Amino acid sequence: MAQVQTQEQRQIPPSKKKSFFSEKKKEAISGYLYISPFFILFAIFGLFPILFSFYLGFQKWNGLGAMEYVGFQNFKWILTDPLFWKSLTNTLYMWVLGTIPQLIIGIILAYALNSTLIKAKSFFRVSIFMPYVTSTVAVAIVFGIMFNNQDFGLVNIIVGLFGVDTISWGTTEWGVKVAISTMVFWRWVGYNTIIYLAGLQGIPNDLYEAATIDGATIRQKIQYITIPMLRPIIILTVFTSTIGALQLFTEPLIFIGRTYREEGITVVLYLYREAFTNLAFGPASAAAIILFFIIIIISSINVFIANRIGR
Amino acid sequence: MTKKNKPKKISPAKMFVYILLTIASILSIFPLYWMFVMATNENSAINSVPPAFIPGAELVTNFTNVINTIDFFGAVWNSLIVSSVITIGVLFLCSLAGFAFAKFNFKGKNILFIAILVTMMIPPQLGLIPQYIIITKLDWLNDLKAIIVPGMIDAFGIFWMRQYISSNVPDELVDAAKMDGCTNFRVYWNIAVPVIIPAFATLAIIKFMYVWNDFLWPLVVLRDQSSYTIQVALRGLIDNYVRDNGMILSGTFWATVPLIIVFLLLNRLFISSLTEGAVKS
Repeated sequence: MAQVQTQEQRQIPPSKKKSFFSEKKKEAISGYLYISPFFILFAIFGLFPILFSFYLGFQKWNGLGAMEYVGFQNFKWILTDPLFWKSLTNTLYMWVLGTIPQLIIGIILAYALNSTLIKAKSFFRVSIFMPYVTSTVAVAIVFGIMFNNQDFGLVNIIVGLFGVDTISWGTTEWGVKVAISTMVFWRWVGYNTIIYLAGLQGIPNDLYEAATIDGATIRQKIQYITIPMLRPIIILTVFTSTIGALQLFTEPLIFIGRTYREEGITVVLYLYREAFTNLAFGPASAAAIILFFIIIIISSINVFIANRIGR
Repeated sequence: MTKKNKPKKISPAKMFVYILLTIASILSIFPLYWMFVMATNENSAINSVPPAFIPGAELVTNFTNVINTIDFFGAVWNSLIVSSVITIGVLFLCSLAGFAFAKFNFKGKNILFIAILVTMMIPPQLGLIPQYIIITKLDWLNDLKAIIVPGMIDAFGIFWMRQYISSNVPDELVDAAKMDGCTNFRVYWNIAVPVIIPAFATLAIIKFMYVWNDFLWPLVVLRDQSSYTIQVALRGLIDNYVRDNGMILSGTFWATVPLIIVFLLLNRLFISSLTEGAVKS
């Protein structure tokens, strides 16, 4: 912002050449020209589609014939569809299962990586970050095969070592959710670790030294220095991972496939199925609008909680 | 932290930290390793107890099966085109817009900039269906343009470039160039661009990876095999009735490896790019 103000106060140097436009006008014209591609493209592929979604939410349309205004029928239809509620609760369960362990373990790993004792730090950093470079589709395929329903599936062999019976990961209520959450967890935990690490490295060392002199234990240091200083970063990661979790699509689509099994269907998957399998563009748009408001509500709750805690 | 405030002897805490990080690293790498193992083994070796844990001899066979099932190289090529074109386009458009926001004066500048930031908060699914309809009307279905043109919209990129240019391109330099009679575009090209190369690198990595890994939008608008990007093509592997896991993981592995190699070569740049972007916004 400071940059903007100094620039406004700055005098425009007199032009050497004579020209039709003043230097100031030229600058303004260039300015508008340079930012116009964004606004033109956004108008066509961003703004218009959003407005049209709100319009479509009140229409009955299969993509080909004429549209028919149906009022709130689509919303009523969605909100009374048990599968929609199922997709919503699934999404929320997987949000909790995927996000919370991810953030807690991310903090622990970042704390470990930040400790001075550690050699080969960059090796650990690179290997922990690597999953993030793997595409979501690849992650879902690999874990899908690991979480095979049969007793020869890798995860079933591993849990079998602990005396657990073979679990049908792809067809049971919790099996599906745990499998999908594991995929999300695996891909994102390293990413969050590195973000927390950046935050930890930003905490001035004097604070810890002062605390050490005052005889603080490690636990006290974490509680009274690390966590409060990390607060903005924690809020950021909670925020981004929440929005990501509410838009979960690729993992469940790959894992449960075209059957859209209700154990694993998410809101975006439900929307996709309505639109591109059932060609019910009206209800699908209604679902998109509902999802939009859910994201707004949950984000606001996030902001509200973030402002309340740690004051 | 500096070394002096911690003891140097091997304490239980140190052991614990090492064990923790080693386990985390193994769990992070294992699925990738396992992918390779499976890609070189027969399906029966995968579906047995205990499963194979060392690479087998079926590397070529499995990959041949992949090529017979999907147009692997065609899809990789499509992904390369889409990712490169979008990345180059975004670097140019975002730096140009960022430069205008950082160094030019024009009416409504601040409001327009805030408008761009607000667009970042809209979930992409909200406009998905009308976007699909627009692509259909433009007759861009199964055409890479359907990915490339909307892909040029990047609010974060403009934000990122504006911040970088504001703090790294001195006003004096811009003014001096203008005094010498440089056109505005020349000022951008000769003064700003050389300075913002590091910001280009960061944005390029974020963008390239995002487009390379994107799935939902390509899935919606690319319906024909010949137009598939690699992510959509990979899905074709698991859609078969007969599931040959060796073949499936072979395709997945070879689609993952290029990006992993680039990541390993440029790991510092990658990690800082992908996380800094998040933290600074």
